[in-house]
Order: sequence, then structure tokens, then C-alpha cells
Amino acid sequence: MMDYMKTRGRIFDIQRFSIHDGTGIRTIVFLKGCVLRCRWCCNPESQEYAIQTMMVQGKPKIIGEDTTVGKVMEVVEKDRPYYRRSGGGLTLSGGESLCQPEFARDLLRAAKERGINTAMESMGCAPYEVIESILPHLDQYLMDIKHTNPGKHKEFTGRSNELMLENAKKIADSGMTDLVIRVPVIPGFNDRKDEITSIARYAAGLRGVKRMHLLPYHRLGQDKYDGLGREYLMKDILPPSNDYMRMLKKAAIEASGLDCQIGG
Amino acid sequence: MGLYTYNSESIPKTDRIGRLVDHLFAKMPEIESARAVLITESYKATESEPMIIRRAKAFEHILKYIPIIIRDEELIVGSTTIAPRGCQTYPEFSYEWLESEFETVETRSADPFYISEKAKQDLREVHKYWKGKTTSELATSYMAPEAIRAIDHNIFTPGNYFYNGVGHVTVQYEKVLAVGYEGIIEEAEAELAKCNVGDGDYVKKSHFLEAVIISCKAAVAYARRYAELAEEEAGTCGNTQRKAELLRIAENCRRVPAKGASGFYEACQSFWFVQQLLQIESSGHSISPGRFDQYMYPYYKKDLDEGRLTREFAQELMDCIWVKLNDLNKCRDAASAEGFAGYSLFQNLIAGGQNKEGIDVTNDLSFMCIQASMHVMLPQPSFSIRVWNGSPHEFLIKAAELTRTGIGLPAYYNDEVIIPSLVSRGLTLAEAREYNIIGCVEPQKAGKTEGWHDAAFFNMCRPLELVFSNGVDRGEQISIKTGNVEEMKTFEEFYDAYKKQMNYNISLLVNADNAIDVAHAERCPLPFLSCIVEDCIRRGKSVQEGGAVYNFTGPQGFGVANMADSLYAVKKLVYEERKVSMAEYKEALLTNYGKGLDPATISDLTVQIAEQLKAAGKPVGEAEIAAILKAVKAAAETPEIQANGEKLLELIEEVPKFGNDIAEVDAFARDVAYTYTRPLESFKNPRGGMYQAGLYPVSANVPLGAQTGATPDGRLARTPVADGVSPSAGKDVHGPTAAANSVSKLDHYIASNGTLFNQKFHPSALSGRKGLENFVALIRSYFDQKGSHMQFNVVSRETLLDAQKHPEQYKHLVVRVAGYSALFTTLSRSLQDDIINRTEQGF
Repeated sequence: MMDYMKTRGRIFDIQRFSIHDGTGIRTIVFLKGCVLRCRWCCNPESQEYAIQTMMVQGKPKIIGEDTTVGKVMEVVEKDRPYYRRSGGGLTLSGGESLCQPEFARDLLRAAKERGINTAMESMGCAPYEVIESILPHLDQYLMDIKHTNPGKHKEFTGRSNELMLENAKKIADSGMTDLVIRVPVIPGFNDRKDEITSIARYAAGLRGVKRMHLLPYHRLGQDKYDGLGREYLMKDILPPSNDYMRMLKKAAIEASGLDCQIGG
Repeated sequence: MGLYTYNSESIPKTDRIGRLVDHLFAKMPEIESARAVLITESYKATESEPMIIRRAKAFEHILKYIPIIIRDEELIVGSTTIAPRGCQTYPEFSYEWLESEFETVETRSADPFYISEKAKQDLREVHKYWKGKTTSELATSYMAPEAIRAIDHNIFTPGNYFYNGVGHVTVQYEKVLAVGYEGIIEEAEAELAKCNVGDGDYVKKSHFLEAVIISCKAAVAYARRYAELAEEEAGTCGNTQRKAELLRIAENCRRVPAKGASGFYEACQSFWFVQQLLQIESSGHSISPGRFDQYMYPYYKKDLDEGRLTREFAQELMDCIWVKLNDLNKCRDAASAEGFAGYSLFQNLIAGGQNKEGIDVTNDLSFMCIQASMHVMLPQPSFSIRVWNGSPHEFLIKAAELTRTGIGLPAYYNDEVIIPSLVSRGLTLAEAREYNIIGCVEPQKAGKTEGWHDAAFFNMCRPLELVFSNGVDRGEQISIKTGNVEEMKTFEEFYDAYKKQMNYNISLLVNADNAIDVAHAERCPLPFLSCIVEDCIRRGKSVQEGGAVYNFTGPQGFGVANMADSLYAVKKLVYEERKVSMAEYKEALLTNYGKGLDPATISDLTVQIAEQLKAAGKPVGEAEIAAILKAVKAAAETPEIQANGEKLLELIEEVPKFGNDIAEVDAFARDVAYTYTRPLESFKNPRGGMYQAGLYPVSANVPLGAQTGATPDGRLARTPVADGVSPSAGKDVHGPTAAANSVSKLDHYIASNGTLFNQKFHPSALSGRKGLENFVALIRSYFDQKGSHMQFNVVSRETLLDAQKHPEQYKHLVVRVAGYSALFTTLSRSLQDDIINRTEQGF
């Protein structure tokens, strides 16, 4: 076995038949651990690197599993017939995959070398050298840009955004991957028209970037906060309406000329 | 590249179609007595004649006098009943159930029918004649007593053909379209002329051919009645447009089906008379139009090329046929109605696929078939799509658009499995390439096959119960003894006992089916059907007597997933991990895991104990019975039994289940399926054909599950068993691709009578072009792995729950139940719940 197949890492889920995170039918591997603490996060169990216990439907469930690239690839391989027919493949998500850079890199490399399409959902919140080591193995980078205002970004996610915005530029300039900008549309944080158009304009300024996804806020992660004994700070926030999302999409297109879609 | 260039552009629906649909569904369907009265009159008058002639004369008599009607705005005419969606009855097959259900048929939960007092009176009167003369009575007298006992104990049910006609056939529609019934009469006369009065087969053959001629003439005369009625109505019609339509109808009915069709409109009308009249001759369902897009295409193409037809009008005519397919109906007994719920006649119509040379023949009509189903949004026809590596992508996308409507149509079939599977059953490659689907999922070569595709349902869970009881059921030794289950030392010994119970009960099933088969041949040969199935005319005998080129009997096994999970759980927990003893397992099953016994089991046990006491000379009065009853109930619910049951259920929960893409479990399931499919292959039917297994239960997994005790997979007593080859409801937790991978691990080739794999999707999984693309990719990927069939429910759970609460608002809600689509609100509550509980796929 190649050495990189033995690289160890920590995941908290593998989700098959995912059709909203990259092209075709995909398998998403969720890596545990994140640098940010977004208030709206729908995977709060992803944030801590530590293995945790979460109550799910009244029963305790261990969240987090130490595994190897080889073991993960056994699961990823199971849906190869579907990747072949749909142009799908492996997507890394999290957490922030870049928190486990060797593991992320070797997972992507293992897939890529076997002819499986690769994608990664990430905020790009890591030193650029880390990202650079991953890019040769990555077909599509689904990069979050949540806000262009550093202060507001820090207030809602726990970190400022300079590094991420700068990385976005570098990734785009590398020309090594298909960069798609994703914006979680969160009421009260970034859902004003001017906030979205500002992100859209920034995205349009990135070399080679053609597409942007507006992902409407949803509350499906709410129960997990209870399960982790945490308070959900966004209880009173309602998801944006379809009409409102369409308005934002139109505004984003007008401001940037990007191919913009609602949802992944 | 296919044979045809096609125009796939959508065609809008006309207002007429909406009104025809509304008219059809305005009222509860009704049972009419005309056919029963007429056939009885005829039978009384022909008692001394050969059966085949009596059948033909009865058919003639019915067609001559049965009331006819042209419904408002119809373009294609021919109705079996005056009431829309009404049904006639068929006392020659069975009648007692109907008479005993007269008072409940209107209020029952599955498929209610209105019946007038007059009709009840008529039927009571004619039923007197049929005592001792039906196919079901003859079949019973032919059956081995042990087979009857196995039926009584719900090991299997051959109910479908036991009480009804066989149906389940696709005829040579193309032959009637080409030469008309006059052409067939000529063929029969020519065959008759070749016969010599001294030939060994002359006696039977000459009468069969004579019966064919009588039947064909009757069909021609029936169409003339419609011509006359149309002319009469045209005479009094004030609307110029409708008047012209009626005159055109009259013209059509004068020409077809007597002669070959001269154009597409006539071909449509001719097709319809064939389809309708087959169902007046016999009560069989699943009379399947088959490859409509192929045999209709020459007429469409010629008219279009010559400027005699617009695509729009062709579409409207097809839509009219689609509506008419829902005008035919059938009343089943209450128990069968649960098993075939949804007023379904399973008239399977299939589009796309290859020709006999292996070239794709998707054409304009293939797309227009999909369009027609989108226009009418009704359960009939049971619409299917053939998929192979050469299927046009656009065709599958259009089909996926129909799936997305949530109507549960179409079902998708894999040429790459079905063609070699049929070749392995003796069809030529050219014939196998032209297959179509009968009823739910059963492949056959049209016009050459008597497939007996729905011969029985065999409950694979029951033989396992017999392993635990050493062949005893409800206190009676109904099967072979395979030894004391507690004393079985190895899993192999235990599994072997299961196989022995399977083999024995499969042989009983064969006996029951063959008895019924012979009864149909003797009492209900069908000359009208037989004249358009090869090689009946040349052989001079009906399909029931072995006239078809290919003869099969296809009984369905169901509960594969339950048995795979059950046997695997026993293997792991009892023999490998030794976490539970067989005695403990047995007790848990007997006590329904401590979850309480159902009333039927309690009363059975009480009777057994009371009889034992009586036999021992003890007095058993009402007080004693009450005491036993109470004791039996309490004994199964002691805290200890409840705790043991709970503990075992937790252990079972941890054992891996079929449907989750686990290689070892899936390989095991494949082997378990062979315990049904392999033994069957060795049996022969009276028509000279072989048995071939199917693996699907229609919707019988609910009512037949209700006759099944607790199983070792943790399934509680009386709850539904798994449907088709799908994983047990809720046990597949890794999504649609994992479930599909598991199911594809079964051997779909050997189940040549069809397998059925259901998946349910939330509509969001199919949203946008991307959703359609991924959906098609999912089907293709399952088929790459040699799955045979796939079908989908695309409807939200919320919608279904709301439909249960407000059925009146969901009169038109169609869901895919098993091999067919049905109106959700007409299904029984338990079947509705089963559909809702199926794992909702698609995140």
C-alpha cells in the first residue's frame, strides 16, 4: 500500500449520495475540527477536534472517529459506478478540512490518482503553503466567502477574514483548480443586498472565477446544539424566503456578471 | 445511434382530456350485472357442446347484447360498462366471494364499488347456475390435500388465478392492426381447410378454429354496434364539431377491427377494441399493451409524412387511449383487493428499447407516451421505460421529468439484464430483444408467450416459522419435520432445515398452481385471446391448453430481505457470537419479543390448549376458556419475557442488515434468494413449460405480513414484510446508492419473472436539470451493476400524512405502491402507513 493511504485523520461522518456539493453524485467526507465558530453552523459537532458525545434522538452517540485514508477510500470506492455515470466523486467538508492538512491532502490525492473527481468545501483559513500542497489534487474548490467586512466577520465567526480573502486571490491566481465561491446567506449577518453584492464583486474580481452559490440559511442543525448541550443562538432567525433569495441572486448577477445559483 | 431520428418536443394537453378525466372520476365505480346475465343465458343454451365452442358462443352472445355507450367527447370508443370505471363480473371463474361481500363491497377500505339492488338481484339469480361449474371449484378438486392445507395456513396464496382469469399477456396487436379480424378469420379458415377429418388432432383443432372464427366475427359485430350508435348520436347532435367527430367514429368502427387500419386514428381505435374485448372475454388482469410505441409507429409515421395527421392530434388520440385504459376496472374479493390495491388493472405499456437486431428504436411515440402520462396523470397504463446502454439520454431525462411529478411512473427496466435472462429461458436473442413487461415487472416476448406471470405469492418467512415449530402451525403438523430447532448444532444444520421446509412447500405451491392451470384449460379456454398468440391457430389449441410458443409459470417469492436479515442474525447471535440460545430465540418469537400477542394468535393458542384438555378428559366450559385466554395473554407479557424480548431486539439491532452495502450480508442475501429461485426452476407446468421465479409482492407484503409471526430479524408479528427485493423498511440507513448496491448483489438473472426495487425520493432530490441528471445517473449506475428494475415514489412525507388526514383533497394523488401506481387515498390505512414509513431517500 502506498504510504499516503496510511495517513491518519479524524472524521465525523461520511455521507453518500450527496447531490448538492459539487458535480454529480458525490460522497462527502466530513473532517472534524474547525477554526471558526459560526453562529449559524449546521454542523456544530464538527467544530471541536476532540471526540465528543452528542445526544441523538435520546441516545448518546460518539462523534468523531480516527481513521486512515485507506479506510475512507474503501467507502468512497463503493459509489464509483455512480461517479462514473454522473461525473461525481469525493467532496471533503467539515469542519475545516485544512485543519488536518496531511489527511485532507492524502485523501484527495488517493481519489485523484484513482480517477475519482475531487472537491473540497473550505473557508481557506490556513497558511497558503497548506492550501498549495492540496491544490494539485483538487478539481474543484468550493470556497466560502461569508463577508467582505473584517469586523463583522470576526463578530459572527470568531475570526477576521483577511487571510481567507487573500488566499482566495492566491488560489484563483494559481489556476490549478476550479474555484467556486459559496456564500451562506444568514439573516442579520450578510443578507443585506449591499453585503451580498459586495461579496459578488469581490468574487468576480478573482481570476477565472465564474460561479457563485448562494446557500440560504437553514435550521436543520438546531437539534444538534441541544444534543451537545449548547445553546442555539439563532433560534429566532427565520430562513430567508424564496422570493428574497431570488432578489439577492438577481442583485448579485447584476453586480458581478457571475453565473449565480441558489443552493449547491 | 438509434434507428429513428425523433422529435422530442413537448405537445400541450387539450381541454378535452381534462374533461374526460374529470368525468371518469366523478363517481365511485359500480358493479354491473349485464355480462354475468348474458354468459349464463348462453351457457344454459350450449350445455351439450364442446367447451371451446361454448366459450366462443358466450363471447358472441355477450358482445351482441351488452349495453354500449359513447361517453361525452370521446374520440376512441368502447366501454365495458355504462358507468364510468365500472366493472362486469365473471361467475365462470368464481362468484361466491362476491355474493358474500354484497353488503360490504361499497364500504370496504380498499377499492370500494357501488352495487345497485337490481344488480345484486340479477347476480343472485344467475349465480345459482354456477354452483360446481367454476374454474376455482374444479381447481380445488384437483389439488392435493396438503397443498390446500398449506394455502389455508398462508404459506402461499395462489389466489389470483384461483378466483379469476389469467390475463398477464401481451397479444399480437400488430396483427389486428395489419390484417384485422377478417384477416385472422381467413387464416383460421385456411388452417381449417388444411385439416383432414381423420387427423389425430382434428376433433379438438377444428372446434378451436371454429371458436376463433365465431369470436372474431363477434368482435367485428360489436364494433358495428358502435358505428351505428355513433351515427344515431350524430343524427341528433346539435354541435357541428361533435357531429363530425361522431361521424368519424362511426367510419372508424365500420372499418376496424374488421379490417387492417388505414391510418393512425383507425389504428388507435382498433388497438382499443382489442384491449377492451380481451377483458370482456376473461377477468384476467395485466393484459398489457406492451410496445405501443413500436407497433403504432408505422401508422403514425405514414400519416405524418403524408400530411394526414398532426403531432398534436396524434397526442390527443393517445391521451384518449390513456384515459380509456382507466375506464376498465375489476372488482376483486376483499382480501385480494388489499393485495392489489388501487383499482389497478396493471395494463403495462412500455416505451423505448431495442429492436430484434439490437438497435435502439426510441421514436416520436416513445416521447409522446411519456407526454400522455403527464397529461392524464392517472395510474393506467402502468407505464414503463426500457433502458440500455444505447438509450438516448434525452429520453431518460424526459422519463425522469415524469418521475418528478410524483405519479410513481414510469418504472425503469434494464435490457442488459432482462435480455440475457430471457435467453437463458430459451427465447432466441432476437425475441428477447423485443421483450416487454407484463403487469408489474414480468418480462415476456409479446404474442408468443403464456407466462402465467402472477401464479402465486410465496411467503419466504413462513417456512422459517416452520423450522422453529418443526413443521407445526396452529397446532397442526402441516409441513415436514426438520427436527427440534433447539438441538441444531451448527448454522449449516439450521439453514439446511430452512431449505428443506422451502423445498417441500414450493412443491405444494407447484401442485396448487398446476391444478388451477388444468382447471383453466378445461373450463375456460379463451379462443378470442388465443387467435392473437402464436402458435395457437397452427397448433389448433388455446393458450390455456398449451397453444403458445413459450409457456411459463411464475410465482413470486417475497420477504427476501427479512429472511436474509433473519438467517444472518441467527447465524451471528446464536452460532458465532453465542449471545443468545436458540431456545431463547424461539421463545422471543413465540411471544412476539414480549410486545404482546395479537388476538388471532391468542385465540389459536386457546383453542389448542382447550383441545388438549378435552383430550385429556377434562371439562372445558366457557369459564375455563376465558381463564385459558387470560392466561395465554398474560404468559406472553410477563416482565421477564418483556425484558428478554427487549434485550434480544437490541442485539438484533446491532447485527448488520441487508441494504447497507456490506459485502458479507449482501452475499448472504443472494444465497438466501436462491432458496426460492433455484428449486423452482426444476418444476414443469401442464402446458409443457417451466417454472421461473419472480421476487416481488405487488402490495401483498402488507396483508400477507399480517399473517406472519415475529421473525428473527426483529420484525414484530403481523407487521408488513419487506417489499420486493428492497431492504426492510427503515433498515437501509446509508442512502439510495448503498441500498441499490446491496440490491444489485442479488442474482436478478435467475429471477426471470421479475424483481422489484422501490426507492422513495423527496422531490428536492430531483429539482432542476441537475437533479434530473443525477437521477438518471443513479438509475444507470444501478443498471450497470445488473439490477433489473427500479421504480420511485417522489412525494414528501408531509404530503402523504396530510392526504391521510384530508383524503377528499387528494383524490388524484398517485403513488407507486409496488409494481404499479395507485390512488393513495384508495389504499388501506396500513398500506398507506407502509408507504410513508419507507426510508425517505435523498438528503
